[in-house]
Amino acid sequence: MTPVAVMVGANRIVAAAGIIHPLGNTELSAEDEKALRRRIVERALQALRTEVAQPTVFGGE
Amino acid sequence: MESVRVVCYLNQFFGQLGGEDKAGVGPQIVKGPVGPARAVEQALGGAGTVVATVRCGDNYVAEQTERAIAEMLALVVAERPGLVVAGPAFLAGRYGIACGALCAAVQAALGIPAVTGMHVENPGVDLYRRQVYIVQTGAEAARMLEDVQKIVALGLKLVRGEPLGAPAVEGYFARGVTRHTVVEHNAAERAVAMLTAKLAGQPFASEVPLPDFPRIPAPRLLKTLAGATIALVTDGGFVPQGNPDGIEPLNATRYGAYSIEGKSGLDASQYDNVHRGYDTTYVKQDPHRLLPVDVAREMEQQGAIGKLHDTVYSTTGVATTLAHSARMGREIAEQLRAAGVDAVILTST
Repeated sequence: MTPVAVMVGANRIVAAAGIIHPLGNTELSAEDEKALRRRIVERALQALRTEVAQPTVFGGE
Repeated sequence: MESVRVVCYLNQFFGQLGGEDKAGVGPQIVKGPVGPARAVEQALGGAGTVVATVRCGDNYVAEQTERAIAEMLALVVAERPGLVVAGPAFLAGRYGIACGALCAAVQAALGIPAVTGMHVENPGVDLYRRQVYIVQTGAEAARMLEDVQKIVALGLKLVRGEPLGAPAVEGYFARGVTRHTVVEHNAAERAVAMLTAKLAGQPFASEVPLPDFPRIPAPRLLKTLAGATIALVTDGGFVPQGNPDGIEPLNATRYGAYSIEGKSGLDASQYDNVHRGYDTTYVKQDPHRLLPVDVAREMEQQGAIGKLHDTVYSTTGVATTLAHSARMGREIAEQLRAAGVDAVILTST
């Protein structure tokens, strides 16, 4: 859905793990799933500290 | 054709009651035209007469809209009008919403045309353009007479049942109505003409205008993460069991604020998900797949972020109108700012 977020003008966009579980992945073990979630949150926090001039997509899982 | 009985509606300012100090005044009616209603009378020429002017304070309408509109409607009905002209409201938000609401109510109750005028950025435009003919005006009253003439011309056409031209021709905001028309050139020819105009740097108009999303400047988090308060917000339909705020499963107009104070995570048995735009099975099994309270709390405890804000906000983002999204976003942002939050992670599905 990141192209939609870009189109509507969201400034900082982190590509996450999917529409039905943006911060999880049911195919992973509980431990790996939480690690995935932490990586996405960390990426979002770094994005907040990053200067952007236009809608910008940060990384992806 | 017999002279049309016209009732005008004005706010306290244009109705010459006073400024903000009179914004709480309830509806009242005066015989004949007042203020801009005189311009309406003038624009009508011999076609009609302003029989009465209803005026009401902006705050009175904004704070109890349903009641205020019902009271004004009763005043309008008593005058047996053939046309109602509200405003114009220009860029005044409360006034614009009141004009739209009254016009919609008049049309529904009396089955007569009701027209108004606003600036394109008036919130009343997006809220009422589909129900009500809203003429595009300037931001201020500088060209009142000209704007009123357009409103009255449109109103008289509606009264007489004359066919209306396209929104751009008549000067009203598109209502989302599709109408068959016969055009001289087929779609391929029009598309090529548009392309050649574009290549030549000449003006052209798309036949399918896209919604205009304003660019929002992006402030950067200047504090270090270790000193910052971070809030979590979602449009993924997260709610406590029983959905206490009645957040709609789609086309949302409401959002909820839920405390996570002292919680290391979200207990799935205490939460539900009302979003009807995706398969919510997995986020119901574990709400962290939508709202990462567990890892955010850990990062707070480890000092990676200063503080995780005690309240999370949630709504459903599916078929939600741009107007309601913008309003809810603004309200949530105001509350977060008042609570000293420095930055937000909004998770979306």
